[in-house]
Amino acid sequence: MWLSDGTVAHLRAVADMPDSAGTRYRILEPVGRGGMGVVYRAEDAALDREVALKVLRTPEVQPDLAARMLDEARILARLEHPGIVPVYDAGTLPDGRVYCAMKLVRGRRLDEIVTPDTPLTERLRIFRRVCEPVAFAHAHGVVHRDLKPANIMVGEFGEVLVMDWGVAKQPARADTPHGSPAHTATAGTLHGTRLGTPGWMAPEQERGDVDAMDARTDVYALGRILRFLLDIGRAAPRPLRAICERALSSDPATRYDDAEQLGRDVDRYLAGAAVDAYRERVWERAARLYARHRTAVLLVLSYLLMRILFIAFG
Amino acid sequence: MNKAVLGMIIGGVLGIFDGLSALVSAPETRPMITGIVIGSTFKGIIAGLLIGWFARKVDSLAAGIVFGLAVGLLLAFLVAAMPSATGEHYYWEIMLPGAFVGIIVGYATQRYGRPATGRAHPGLS
Repeated sequence: MWLSDGTVAHLRAVADMPDSAGTRYRILEPVGRGGMGVVYRAEDAALDREVALKVLRTPEVQPDLAARMLDEARILARLEHPGIVPVYDAGTLPDGRVYCAMKLVRGRRLDEIVTPDTPLTERLRIFRRVCEPVAFAHAHGVVHRDLKPANIMVGEFGEVLVMDWGVAKQPARADTPHGSPAHTATAGTLHGTRLGTPGWMAPEQERGDVDAMDARTDVYALGRILRFLLDIGRAAPRPLRAICERALSSDPATRYDDAEQLGRDVDRYLAGAAVDAYRERVWERAARLYARHRTAVLLVLSYLLMRILFIAFG
Repeated sequence: MNKAVLGMIIGGVLGIFDGLSALVSAPETRPMITGIVIGSTFKGIIAGLLIGWFARKVDSLAAGIVFGLAVGLLLAFLVAAMPSATGEHYYWEIMLPGAFVGIIVGYATQRYGRPATGRAHPGLS
């Protein structure tokens, strides 16, 4: 029997669809693909709402990937933050594939939403909102390890969500099912394994030096994201370039300690204050203070001018 | 810094400067300069206190500047209305700087300084 290419493709797509029969989820359509699996828009019949169902790509038993997806679900469950997609449920479908049900985020990726017309301050405010959930994760000992614009979603109302925590490194926890220190300390990553996205990885991550990866590894990726945001528009001011350079230092010891510290320096720039990463010259300091207090300076200068005029013509 | 204290400091500093400027703009006042500086400083402090108090109550840059201008002009008028030893009045020389001081203090107390801490909601007390 002869089948057309279209028919074969359709049959293959149908065969690839996860079997959610007997579960509370009804799969509607694929909405994204990642390294580990496919994300589907699905209907949660129990709560009558739409969810994002992340399902491992193949039904064959893949203990590493399955464990990693469950690790991601556990990390997300621990990290309750407005900037981190909440996980609702995790388990195994009837066809043996591991799944994870999460909030369905409606929005666009960072690299799709930012254009050369986006004002610098708006780009920096978005970046600041990216730093917040990452800083929250760092405070809980979790390192994302795959930060890039494609993993950052900007929602319909401007909310920023950091996605895809599948290769995150989490601290050792003796009470987890994967209780061995070697596993929990690295979320199952063996030394020498390169996880992440080329072009966004810190040097220690490129080398696969798992032990050297910590919050500063994410700081490097955030530096790349900041540079990406700055390069879209006109030439960035020196303090911002200095912040980028410090975050992108090849030596982790000279980077910011974590996303919180990096975010605070960006905050300082936004507030018109001096940033930690840049030692400004006297004239730059004067120009910054003038820009920050322009009206007050002009009022005092007007007062002095009035005094001079009184002396000259009084 | 408390807005009222900030207003008093700025008003006081500008008052000292105002008083001392008389040495240049009206050299004949040199014998009375101490009294002029004290009076001018006192006027500036009072203006700063009133304008700073207003800034704690009303959070509006425009209203703060208008109130500062009114207070500066009023206090300067009270001083200018007093004749000098020669019987002259220096309305222009006193009221214009007074207006400037009021505007500067009005702007500064609205823009800078710690606002008043919010009171508990009546329904929660």
